[in-house]
Amino acid sequence: MAQRVKDLPLHEGAPRRPRLRALRSASLRFSLAYGVLFALSSILFMLFIWWGTIGFLERQVETAINADARALVDRWVLGGVPTLALTIEDRLEQNLDDDAVYMVIDPEGNYLAGNVSTWPAKVQYTDRWYSLPDTRAGLRGLAEIHAYRLPGTELTHTAGQLDSGYRLLVGRDMRARSILRRLLTDSLLWAWIMVTLLAVSGAMLVHRIFRRMVKTVARTTSAIAHGDLNRRMPLVGNGDEMDQVAEAINEMLDRIVRLMDGVREVSNSIAHDLRTPITRARTQLEDAALHAQDADELRAAIERAVGNLDNITAVFEALLRIAQIETGARRSAFATFDLRPVLFDVAELYEAVAEDHGIRLTLDMDDVLPFYGDRSLIQQAVANLLDNAIKFSPEHSTVHLAARLSPLVARRTVTPAGGAMLTVEIRDEGIGMTDEDMARATERFFRAEKARNTPGSGLGLAMVRAIVQLHGGDIHLATHNPGLSVRLHLPVASSALAEYGYDPFDEDMPDMTRTSQFSHQHDTNSSVL
Amino acid sequence: MHILVVEDDPTVRNFVAKGLREAGHLTELTDNGKDGLFLAVSEKFDLIILDRMLPGGIDGLRLLETIRAQNNATPVLLLSALADVDDRVQGLKAGGDDYVTKPFAFSELLARVEALGRRGRTEQAPQTKLVVADLEIDLLSRTVRRAGQKIDLQPREFRLLEYLTRHAGQVVTRTMLLEGVWDYHFDPQTNVIDVHVSRLRQKVDKPFGMPLIHTIRNAGYMLRAE
Repeated sequence: MAQRVKDLPLHEGAPRRPRLRALRSASLRFSLAYGVLFALSSILFMLFIWWGTIGFLERQVETAINADARALVDRWVLGGVPTLALTIEDRLEQNLDDDAVYMVIDPEGNYLAGNVSTWPAKVQYTDRWYSLPDTRAGLRGLAEIHAYRLPGTELTHTAGQLDSGYRLLVGRDMRARSILRRLLTDSLLWAWIMVTLLAVSGAMLVHRIFRRMVKTVARTTSAIAHGDLNRRMPLVGNGDEMDQVAEAINEMLDRIVRLMDGVREVSNSIAHDLRTPITRARTQLEDAALHAQDADELRAAIERAVGNLDNITAVFEALLRIAQIETGARRSAFATFDLRPVLFDVAELYEAVAEDHGIRLTLDMDDVLPFYGDRSLIQQAVANLLDNAIKFSPEHSTVHLAARLSPLVARRTVTPAGGAMLTVEIRDEGIGMTDEDMARATERFFRAEKARNTPGSGLGLAMVRAIVQLHGGDIHLATHNPGLSVRLHLPVASSALAEYGYDPFDEDMPDMTRTSQFSHQHDTNSSVL
Repeated sequence: MHILVVEDDPTVRNFVAKGLREAGHLTELTDNGKDGLFLAVSEKFDLIILDRMLPGGIDGLRLLETIRAQNNATPVLLLSALADVDDRVQGLKAGGDDYVTKPFAFSELLARVEALGRRGRTEQAPQTKLVVADLEIDLLSRTVRRAGQKIDLQPREFRLLEYLTRHAGQVVTRTMLLEGVWDYHFDPQTNVIDVHVSRLRQKVDKPFGMPLIHTIRNAGYMLRAE
């Protein structure tokens, strides 16, 4: 187990350790990042609102002033000073907000109309906005003011400049608006402070939750590492990511427990399944030693004991082989070869036994079966299956061996793209298996109830499964009503296919299958020795 | 035959020696690699039975590689508890001619010893015909005749008969048949071989008076004229 941080030896800079350690805390970093991000984004958000609102207000005022001024100029054009003065008076009367600023002066600068007594000295140009102090109702404020030239009266015309001529001043007092502005700024500021506080507390909360979750995981896994395999991660129950992780960890723990139980079971089975022949051998020898009358009896007993010892050796060999295969140690023996003759040979080997039992063995294989793997392992796997099929089939039934290569169409396979899938099937019409049996059939030493009295150690299917898995494939058992169908799915790499010039997608290839049966000139009434 | 046995376990060593002597062979024994190498190089043997795990600094494979490097072509049968296929391949690659794993049945060992011995002796030109009593096997045309009558055999049956005939007069174990005729390297757990041999007997022995294929108890089969 990895050393925990505080167990590390402290050296010279010891006082700095705690701070560094704090920074190393993932949950702290996480929650700090969260808080900072929150605060930053809320500032941006507030600024955006502020600028939008205030800016909008200001632009609105300017637009209003311009529109107003334009209308006034039209009046001026229509009827000169009197009309203009009348209009201004009207407007001032109707100005409920009391925020309008108007002034008209003649070329000499004399007051003609409006509510400003003297032309503000600062206002020199017509191309810009002025913010000038404005007192009304005893309150000082600011007004936004713009000057306009009344057309047709200038003596000279300089762009932007007022020069002489009749001049118009239009403006709006900004007091209400500046109150609004202050209000808005204040509320946004308060809002931001609150948000920041929320962010900080949120961050602290996140930090605490994070640490709690990590601690739960750490505590549970630590307990498990110390031997308590029954502990499981607590689930919140809402199916979120933390729950998913917890569920995954629990599943992993379940699997570990299952594997360990499996190992224990295997050890028990091994002990039991080997104790029996060992006991038998020992008993026979002891019995012979005590009770044998003559050398022949002794010899017979010894021979039987030797037979039992050989059985034990065979079981050991098989177990070792399975273990070896399962650890993948045999991958180094992989080669590219045509599987058809291999399958044919195995079938031929067992065909004699089948016939002996009155069983018919039929074959159905593609012409070529390119394959990359271990020849002798596949041989053994198929041999085991044929052996089983024959063992559990009644007379006059058929055992069928089929081997087909099909291009991979599903994308969820382990084989590199462009490969093919080799399906080897052994079907029999025998006693078959129940669903419960089929689920457990590939366990070591498993023997179905129906098979209890037949010879065999129960390792055959375990061996087949180990071999199939070594080749990256899988094994499926299904009821064949009556009987059993065992299917091996073995992926074939495209390199092997290429070596045999096999293109799984070539639709022009002639039908590759050929059903054959062993033909014999056999005297069907012959008795077999 | 003059046989050298290099085996460090005394039980196995003495057992093998006794059995070989009873079968009429001359045996020389040693229990470590150095002495074994010395003997192998200085004397001429018809066969060496060699254990792989030997004390004395020189293990079985090194001994084997050394004598092979000196162009010594004495047939070597490796006897070892190292039973993995990889171990077997390693042993054969190092120059071994056969590999028997422990625990072993003596009949198996003896049958293979005699097969190797016979192989060492018949270094003649490849034969075209095998003849035992009235049985004639024509290897070129792949036909079999007994007492002048043609016998129709499947290819595998032919190979089986050929193997038995090549080892005529010697014990051929079931394992040897599985390896030699079917290229099968593990125990099939059933009497597969027996069934095939009995089928062969139906065709080769039964129609004719004298049986050629005999069952040797606890060992295997032998083809010989009675």
